[in-house]
Amino acid sequence: MKFSSAFPLKKARAHEVCGDGALAFAAISAGLSEGTVVWVSEHRLPVVNPEGLFPYCDPGRLLVTRADSHVNVLASTETALRSGAAGLVVAELGAAIGLTEGRRLQLAAEAGGTTALLVIPEGAGSNAAETRWRCAGLPPDTGGSSDLPLRQNYPPQNGPDSTRWRWSLIKNKIGTLSEWIVGWDAAAHRVIVVSEAGG
Amino acid sequence: MQRRIVSLWFPRLAAERSLRARPVDAPFALSLFDRNSERLYDLCPRAESFGLQRGMTLVHARSFCPGLLTRTADPDADQRFLRILARWATRYCPWVGLDGRDGLFLDVTGSAHLLGGEEPLLGDIRARLARAGLSARLGLAGTPGAAWALSRFCEGIAPPGENLSRIGPLPLSALRLADQTCTSLERLGIATVSDLHNLPRATVARRYDPDVLRRLDQALGAVGEQISPLQDAPGFAARLTLPDPIGLLDDVMAGARRLIGHMCTQLDATQKGARMLRLTFHRVDQENRSVELRLARPMRDPVRIAALFERGVGAVDAGYGIDMIRLEAVEIEALGMRQLDRAQNREKDSLDDLVTQLGNRLGLDNILRFQPVDSHIPERSFTLVPAAGSRPAPAWPSRRPRPLRLFAPEPVIASGGGSRQGLEPPPRFRWRGSFLTTIGAEGPERITPAWWENDAGWRGGLRDYWRVETGEGRRLWLFHTPQAPRPRGWFVQGEFA
Repeated sequence: MKFSSAFPLKKARAHEVCGDGALAFAAISAGLSEGTVVWVSEHRLPVVNPEGLFPYCDPGRLLVTRADSHVNVLASTETALRSGAAGLVVAELGAAIGLTEGRRLQLAAEAGGTTALLVIPEGAGSNAAETRWRCAGLPPDTGGSSDLPLRQNYPPQNGPDSTRWRWSLIKNKIGTLSEWIVGWDAAAHRVIVVSEAGG
Repeated sequence: MQRRIVSLWFPRLAAERSLRARPVDAPFALSLFDRNSERLYDLCPRAESFGLQRGMTLVHARSFCPGLLTRTADPDADQRFLRILARWATRYCPWVGLDGRDGLFLDVTGSAHLLGGEEPLLGDIRARLARAGLSARLGLAGTPGAAWALSRFCEGIAPPGENLSRIGPLPLSALRLADQTCTSLERLGIATVSDLHNLPRATVARRYDPDVLRRLDQALGAVGEQISPLQDAPGFAARLTLPDPIGLLDDVMAGARRLIGHMCTQLDATQKGARMLRLTFHRVDQENRSVELRLARPMRDPVRIAALFERGVGAVDAGYGIDMIRLEAVEIEALGMRQLDRAQNREKDSLDDLVTQLGNRLGLDNILRFQPVDSHIPERSFTLVPAAGSRPAPAWPSRRPRPLRLFAPEPVIASGGGSRQGLEPPPRFRWRGSFLTTIGAEGPERITPAWWENDAGWRGGLRDYWRVETGEGRRLWLFHTPQAPRPRGWFVQGEFA
């Protein structure tokens, strides 16, 4: 299974992502989408830091929506998807959603032609999602040396970003499952596949 | 027809307005901070009987009258109240103008007979105002100037042609002259209006500013004086009364669409856009139901407004049926002409509609955008502003690498470290219940607190930030505070992607 057939995410569908690196996955998806990104969250304060988002996505494109309950997160996500005004709708869900909610969001995404990305807790997805990803950060490749590599050249202004993630496709409606180790190329603004971990 | 003007003066407008809202049974005064101290702004007759007067400092007044009750004056609200009174006064005549901060002019030419003559007219005004708890002084004369003098100095009516005989004996300040001018005229022995009138005009004109003669002529009717009536604020509202009650959503929306179309025509003619609309349904059982719509941007497009109303209207309980629909534009903003047929505008329109839809569910202040702030403190380097009425930040400034997730500093339990402890991140630490091993660190980046801001989180002084890569895969943003009193610890403030 080729990475390019699964990512960037299929448009006008609902996708799910979980794991420690889910926020980075959402940030990268936002950066690769077009138009406004609606970011629905139940939190009073934003979970995403715009300065940290900057390498992946222009924070000015975000429309941060603060909902006061789980139901309102779902309702606002559906409204945003159906209107078709945004390129991507990211929803941070605090609780599991059932098949009904998942299917509604899927239909809304299809109706509005907008991609949905639901950031879910581990194992809380619904069966209606097009794909589900599990993302985790990987420790840096120290090249076999065991001594503590403390670099004093902070901050690395222009150096390449050594951040690596393991992105596992754990549900896919239209294809097989797979796993990749990927990195972010800030200069080219794209995801680079380092290796196909799962094959 | 001879002009007839009523001058209506409210000598205690501010105090009586406050007492109308909350009556008290004690000497009462309003105070306002003026010329470096709290001073009496207005007071009731009972307070006046203690020897208090306007402009006195509050401390001074309290020494005269220990039981004095005071409230803070609100001159702007007084002005709004005066405008309400002006509107009320149109029951006597169509031509009502404001006179300074505490008076009204009513042009009752040809309308006094409707209440049975001038005497009953003044009696009616006085009685109605007294019932409302307002004391008023009234003067009726052929000119605004003479009516003003009568209301201030000797209440009454000057019959046509008797202006001079009625206001002649009054002091010069009855002519609305500056205090300084009055004083200098009085020094010459000119004490009353008739004294001034008897002087040769040429001398007065040469020696005094032209205001003196102008005011005299205005009072006696030799020079005209206009009363400018208040203009009604344009109100945008439309109503639809139905012969038979309706209840189906399609019917109600059809009615609402008709009203919206009508209002949008009105708005279009005046180049205005609605910011907030209220649709009220009057039901057969005398109950009202209203739906409010707050828009992200001033708008007058009937199709889009109707579409945005649909969700709210669907939630209305029609009961036994609705027989009247009323649409009112509660907030209006100027909205000029705009070129419509461009793809970019359509995109923007649909985004504004989305903000409106989300805002009507969650409140418009919960739909936000990030804006950069020029601050080196990580948690203060951005702000959230409501998306309605703001533009996206044109270019986000590129700063140093920052974590994707930022939270309040959380202490970690460090272990190991040896001699470099406190200078470099701990090799092993425990955070949020899991043990983490440092396998790489970049730093330090030293951030000093903003000394001009009193931020409790930054009491520990400057911070050395390290970007720590752990063997477990998480990349954390740790800092320690080298200036804080011991024992110093390490804190996690963020997590990189």
